Amino acid sequence: MKFIEEFRDGGLARILASKIKAEVHPGRHYHVMEFCGGHTHAIFRYGIPDLLPENVKLIHGPGCPVCVLPMARIDGAVALAKDEGVILCTYGDMLRVPGSGGVSLLRAKADGADVRMVYSCLDCLKIAADNPDRQVVFFAIGFETTTPPTAVVLKQAKAMGLKNFSVFCNHVLTPAAITNILESPEVRKLGTVALDGFIGPAHVSAVIGSRPFEFFAEEYHRPVVIAGFEPLDVMQAVLMLVRQLNDGRAEVENEYTRVVTRDGNLKAQALVAETLELRSSFEWRGLGEVPYSGLRIKADFADFDAEKRFTIETKPVKENKACECGAILRGIKKPTDCKIFGTVCTPESPIGSCMVSSEGACAAYYTFGRFRGAA
Amino acid sequence: MCLAIPAEVLSIADDGMATVEIGGVRKDISVALVDGVSVGDYVIIHTGFALSKLDPEEAKETLELFAAIAAMGEGQTVQ
Repeated sequence: MKFIEEFRDGGLARILASKIKAEVHPGRHYHVMEFCGGHTHAIFRYGIPDLLPENVKLIHGPGCPVCVLPMARIDGAVALAKDEGVILCTYGDMLRVPGSGGVSLLRAKADGADVRMVYSCLDCLKIAADNPDRQVVFFAIGFETTTPPTAVVLKQAKAMGLKNFSVFCNHVLTPAAITNILESPEVRKLGTVALDGFIGPAHVSAVIGSRPFEFFAEEYHRPVVIAGFEPLDVMQAVLMLVRQLNDGRAEVENEYTRVVTRDGNLKAQALVAETLELRSSFEWRGLGEVPYSGLRIKADFADFDAEKRFTIETKPVKENKACECGAILRGIKKPTDCKIFGTVCTPESPIGSCMVSSEGACAAYYTFGRFRGAA
Repeated sequence: MCLAIPAEVLSIADDGMATVEIGGVRKDISVALVDGVSVGDYVIIHTGFALSKLDPEEAKETLELFAAIAAMGEGQTVQ
């Protein structure tokens, strides 16, 4: 496919690897966090850790929205589908994720609840129009990439005057989570690794632009290189970060210029600002409460807010004590440091957030890397 | 979750929808989030929406940069 395959050339990846190897200073470490689950997945799928020198370490951040959604919110969605009798629509990624007691939306569907997988949230509007006697709820999750489509759907639902459609909004924000990783009290409690720089998100940045990351470069003196999701993009971003760190620079650089600009997609930003607003706090699985990190539906669109239309109970759920996701998301531990990794906790029956989606660090490590080092 | 792939715009309808092609597969997507989309443009699509246009010139420059690095790095590859 055009604009994809060119960025997967193995020969070029090896040459980029040799450049990285030639330019790193042997005496120092380069701890680079890829925030985004899309990068985590690409890094494991293409075996990128094996191409990098020993002192360049990739730390897998919390940028998988499926992984970081608290179980209580999943329980809320399951309750909507089972107890309220609504048609619950969501993206495929969400269906397998177990809530408390191991009940996922897929399980609820098997038990008779009307749960439907949608490719696009626009599909929900058609389902609502086709089923005027039923309530249709869109269980919305995702980062800044996935938020603008929800904004469009809210506006269209209002324009269509739909009476039986609402959105259970769980959208979260990238910059707030990066701040949390850099300075939350838990970091002090859990200890911390030196994070030397960030590979910035690809499609989040397509929407919000590269500008919001300038704060991290200036305030925390960490270089950020925004990169596409293909393996050559990631290798090039690592090379650019190594060069910045060697030079003592902390700037925002953009490797993904074919899609990302400094300002991002202003039309999408305006639609999100018109329909959604900040929550003062939102819980992230693995990180805990993160201030100003989530979005809710604005009062103008309250008729389409499932949290106003229904009473959605989101009782806090205790995580398994043995689970190390909190430390893994912050780069303090590796998946293999966790006692239950690959034994009790597997992609088929995930216990912790990092195992629930193919973009989580543990699931990616389990699928593509668990026998690394065994040879 | 944030995966999005480049697709070529084949036609644009009046209702904010467009038909795109991805590796031989055709799909109808919304272009409500991007202004000024034309037939023949490449757009990045995510959950049935075009999120932004893809700039072929910038893609070419990135690939040329890789090629330049490769030319400089000839003879030294990691095994």
